Amino acid sequence: MSYLHQFVFGIYPYIAFAIFILGSLARFEREQYTWKSDSSQVLHRGNLRLGNILFHLGIIGLFFGHLVGLLTPVAVWDALGVTHGFKQAFAMAAGGVMGGLCLLGLLILLHRRLSDPRIRAVTKPGDKVLLLWILVTLLLGLSTIFVSAQHMDGHEMVLLMAWAQHIVTFKGDAAAFIVGAHLLFKLHLFMGMTLFVIFPFTRLVHVWSGFASVTYLGRAWQLVRPR
Amino acid sequence: MKIRAQVGMVLNLDKCIGCHTCSVTCKNVWTSRDGVEYAWFNNVETKPGIGYPKEWENQAKWNGGWKRNTAGKLEPRQGGKLKILANLFANPNLPAIDDYYEPFTYDYEHLQKAPLSQTPPTARPVSVITGKKMDKIQWGPNWEDDLGGEFSSRSRDQLFEGLQKEMYSTFESTFMMYLPRLCEHCLNPTCVASCPSGSIYKREDDGIVLVDQDKCRGWRMCISGCPYKKIYYNWQSGKAEKCTFCFPRIEAGQPTVCSETCVGRIRYLGVLLYDADLIEQAASTPNEQDLYEEQLKVFLDPHSPAVIAEARKQGIPESWLEAARKSPVYKMACEWKVAFPLHPEYRTLPMVWYIPPLSPIQSAAEAGRMPHKTLGDSIIPDVKSLRIPVRYLANLLTAGKEKPIVTALDRMIAMRAYKRGEVVHGKQEVSLLQQVGLDAATVEDMYQIMAIANYEDRFVIPTSHKEMVEDSFNDKGSCGFTFGNGCSGGTSEGSLFGKKPQGSVIFVEMPKSRKKPVTTEE
Repeated sequence: MSYLHQFVFGIYPYIAFAIFILGSLARFEREQYTWKSDSSQVLHRGNLRLGNILFHLGIIGLFFGHLVGLLTPVAVWDALGVTHGFKQAFAMAAGGVMGGLCLLGLLILLHRRLSDPRIRAVTKPGDKVLLLWILVTLLLGLSTIFVSAQHMDGHEMVLLMAWAQHIVTFKGDAAAFIVGAHLLFKLHLFMGMTLFVIFPFTRLVHVWSGFASVTYLGRAWQLVRPR
Repeated sequence: MKIRAQVGMVLNLDKCIGCHTCSVTCKNVWTSRDGVEYAWFNNVETKPGIGYPKEWENQAKWNGGWKRNTAGKLEPRQGGKLKILANLFANPNLPAIDDYYEPFTYDYEHLQKAPLSQTPPTARPVSVITGKKMDKIQWGPNWEDDLGGEFSSRSRDQLFEGLQKEMYSTFESTFMMYLPRLCEHCLNPTCVASCPSGSIYKREDDGIVLVDQDKCRGWRMCISGCPYKKIYYNWQSGKAEKCTFCFPRIEAGQPTVCSETCVGRIRYLGVLLYDADLIEQAASTPNEQDLYEEQLKVFLDPHSPAVIAEARKQGIPESWLEAARKSPVYKMACEWKVAFPLHPEYRTLPMVWYIPPLSPIQSAAEAGRMPHKTLGDSIIPDVKSLRIPVRYLANLLTAGKEKPIVTALDRMIAMRAYKRGEVVHGKQEVSLLQQVGLDAATVEDMYQIMAIANYEDRFVIPTSHKEMVEDSFNDKGSCGFTFGNGCSGGTSEGSLFGKKPQGSVIFVEMPKSRKKPVTTEE
């Protein structure tokens, strides 16, 4: 196991997660005025409705798919009687569908953003970096489906799960599990972790608020603030 | 009974001359910044017209305001909470910038720097969004000023509901009036109800509705929720902005900028006491045409000893109770019943009220060119001979119910005829007043406040008594008004987390669009 591998898959996840959490906290605390979804709908509607709904549906599906798929202990799946092979096939199918929706939406959004002169004029460099970063991560993720298709026994997937679970449970040897993983997996993992690094510095922070907006459902219609 | 006080406004449309001074002073103070060039917290529309943004009154199109569902409960017309959340990704009811207008400036520099040529140089319009030259300005903030444009466009005005509008297409029988509009600071605001992040709120002490700029996440639901379309999306900062009722001035006992600068003296500011527990019931009245009367019932009589005692108990300052007793808004809305809420059928219980305009046919009548009846033996034509159809005004102010409007117009005409008799002929025709349920003393008061309209009669605003809630010693040396982020707003250039909010670039330095070299498309 090389030093680089140990750093990227053993140490970097913690750095990324720390920046993600502390950066978000710092921005929420210090720069809340910049905390927003940064919608461009007023300037030009175009295909926003189709593109944005597809994109968000896909990416939220991917997020929870990764969360449940990677972090649920193998023992739970075994107890439920889900075979590794079946789980892998299911993950490939669900990930493929969600990734496909997300990719389609993302391409529509990118086209809308770059083809309309008004939106292009107000697009910040950070927005472009972010969209392209997600695009590359997504393409890498989708391409791993073809790698996985070459070994349908679920063995590789269990190793990836072990890596993720050892990371979140602070066991030092996590990186060792994926030494043999295909390069596409490694690139996808790196890009994905780095997405969390750039998270607090981009408009991505609106994701927190998106999840928090669920509290709206239980709120009274009217808000009156005493002085 | 939960007593609250609000500084309300009345606009006497009978005296509005459509000079746009209110709009311009408001813009100079509040929206001369990048991202809100297109936003007018106050604007003056010529009616009939589709207004700004286009067709804002057409709720079948924009789905603003509230609707009463089959269970008798209120729900935003754009949908309940789940539907609002589901529409966060793309709001189907959101007006686009072209429904307002594409903000523009002019290439003034070219006038000075153009090389010698056969024809004089022109300053071409430049889009403030893209910085590119525009071929043609398609629409503006006041495109229909003084009936500009053709009748076919203007006739889409929703207020023609129930009228044979073709009758008014000819020059001879046309009519017009001005409608200055600002945020209504409603008792039952749909913008507040539509905000998923809870950033919009009503202030308990003076009723002003504000957007917390730090908490706003740019979900855009307030913009479609507001039926008056008086919340704007700042496309630069990504936040919603709205009329602040000039709260820093109101707190200090001063009138809002639009009121202060009104040339025609049409604006009035005064305190109204209301029972907050009655709001929901009043707003969900089954029949739309009862909403005006139901809203009147929410207001409390500031002269009633029981109300005063209860208000004192609930901590309303004495100066506010005194101001409520002298409030010109209370007199016009509740006592004389000459002022009305704007579109009560939106069920928002608005707090900016309007006195309908008389539209006399005096000169045509005197020239004998118009068949008409006069009031008593005065020369003043009666309400039925007015130019603006009563139904049109009723569609604007009472959900189409004509009787209250006729009563108000009758009273205003009676006041004129009575005062004319008194001043010109030296006789007091009290019979004119009795027909409309007024007496000489009341008309004298109406005349002072509505016709003479002295500054101290128009604006009765108590200060906010901040000393009761804040330790101002600790505020020494702190910054005043900012757009979010406390003192850091607009002071430093870059930031780790993206561009910092900036102050007014357009007027302080140069339009943003002019900072980059203008790209020509030829």
